[in-house]
Amino acid sequence: MQPQDSKVVIVGAGHGGGLAAAYLRQYDHTGLIVLIGEEPIAPYQRPPLSKAWLKGEADAESLKLKPDSWYAENNVDLRLSTVVSEINRGARTVILSSGEVIGYDHLIIATGARARALPIPGADLNGVLELRTAADAERLKAAIGPGKKLAVIGGGYVGLESAASGRALGAHVMVIERESRLLARVACEVLSSFFQSYHEKQGVAFELGASVEALEGKDGHITGVRLADGRLIECDAALVGVGAVPNEELARDAGLECTNGVVVDLDARTSDPHVFAIGDVTHRPLPLYERNFRLESVPNALDQAKHAASAIMGRAQPAPEAPWFWSDQYDLKLQIAGIPFDADAILVRGDVASAKFAVFHLKGDLVQAVEAVNAPPEFMMGRRLLEHRTPVSREKLADTTISMKEVAV
Amino acid sequence: MAKITYIEHDGTQHVIDVKTGLSVMEGAVKNNIPGIDADCGGACACATCHVYVDAAWKDKTGTPSSMEESMLDFAENVEPTSRLSCQIKVSDELEGLVVRMPESQH
Repeated sequence: MQPQDSKVVIVGAGHGGGLAAAYLRQYDHTGLIVLIGEEPIAPYQRPPLSKAWLKGEADAESLKLKPDSWYAENNVDLRLSTVVSEINRGARTVILSSGEVIGYDHLIIATGARARALPIPGADLNGVLELRTAADAERLKAAIGPGKKLAVIGGGYVGLESAASGRALGAHVMVIERESRLLARVACEVLSSFFQSYHEKQGVAFELGASVEALEGKDGHITGVRLADGRLIECDAALVGVGAVPNEELARDAGLECTNGVVVDLDARTSDPHVFAIGDVTHRPLPLYERNFRLESVPNALDQAKHAASAIMGRAQPAPEAPWFWSDQYDLKLQIAGIPFDADAILVRGDVASAKFAVFHLKGDLVQAVEAVNAPPEFMMGRRLLEHRTPVSREKLADTTISMKEVAV
Repeated sequence: MAKITYIEHDGTQHVIDVKTGLSVMEGAVKNNIPGIDADCGGACACATCHVYVDAAWKDKTGTPSSMEESMLDFAENVEPTSRLSCQIKVSDELEGLVVRMPESQH
């Protein structure tokens, strides 16, 4: 059988799964693709759910990766509201919860991650929300009108973006974070304190270093967040954004190697040559940093969708890319390239107070990561320097009168 | 609605009717045209929807914002006619627009 005729089953119809189907078609794969998702809607973009969509600046249709008609027109059998209960690698089949068995030549696992649940009393009250899906976003939107009190548990990106959108919609917002600073897991201290003071200016309140003991309610609906020190933060709704866990159970039950995610190689191939995995569910190699890691980001899902589609089609792989991330809050555009593994120094370029700066994480004279706020040149050029492992001069990098094009040694 | 011609780097042409209100990027992505990745979905954060706009269309496609300009300034394969297609809104005015794609978006 030629690669283009193979039957591909994709489990998970999120951003990664949807794009794996799209790239296969772009790469002239003509065999049947079965795309199976648990949500009732065709693949869509999740990032706007906490940003433009939440603020009413984007509608559901514009979020869809492809029009609904695209799937049938392109011989993609899109199965929505459908649960896969088992992968049988010996028979090369997946088994649906309905009992239906679907065979594959290649399987792509794109099951993503789910919001980490808070293991505390009251977590099942109405008004305790998370934000992963369009349905979650609908519930959040309904909860954050003018004058409503929103408690955000977790000061990560989901929490801060929702806080910003909540303020834009006129809600009172209190962010409760267990660590002593915001974005503790994902950004440096310069950024943490910058984002905190920017949010404070916009009227967001913070409780840092605060653990949540329980969620309290009345008639089944949340009324407040009880902190470990005994205080009660009153609220009409609480958004829980305390990280995500990979949906790796199907893969693990099928005997595929998993370590905080499904282990894959640079082709996005798992320990079974007929099975690929892409996106938030994977534990993947990061050659730039000579280690393996689980990334939670759209660009990573796209990157691996291309890897899997290329491997299936026997195409050359695209050039490796540095991981990157973005976040929009108020009028701030945060763009991050790389991860500050092994960095030995932090260098700030630009003026933090004027909300236009970048933080470079350096290892000797190499850029390991750059976090850029309203600073596209620093992001764009920083990413290129990082990907090409180009040595930079710290003196030049610190001097904003020198263009980012001139900072290489 | 406007008829837009997207030309891949290898010369392959795609002529698409794109609805008013969508961006030139969305017209490509929703029709699965290769060569416009649009990693960030139109947030002006990634420069992977880079196109060359034929000079005749410079005025009708508008002026890039400073954010777009500085993204483009540091993108690869940039030419004076470069734009980020996520920042060009489609209207009847753009009937017949031709955009070409760079060799690579990354």
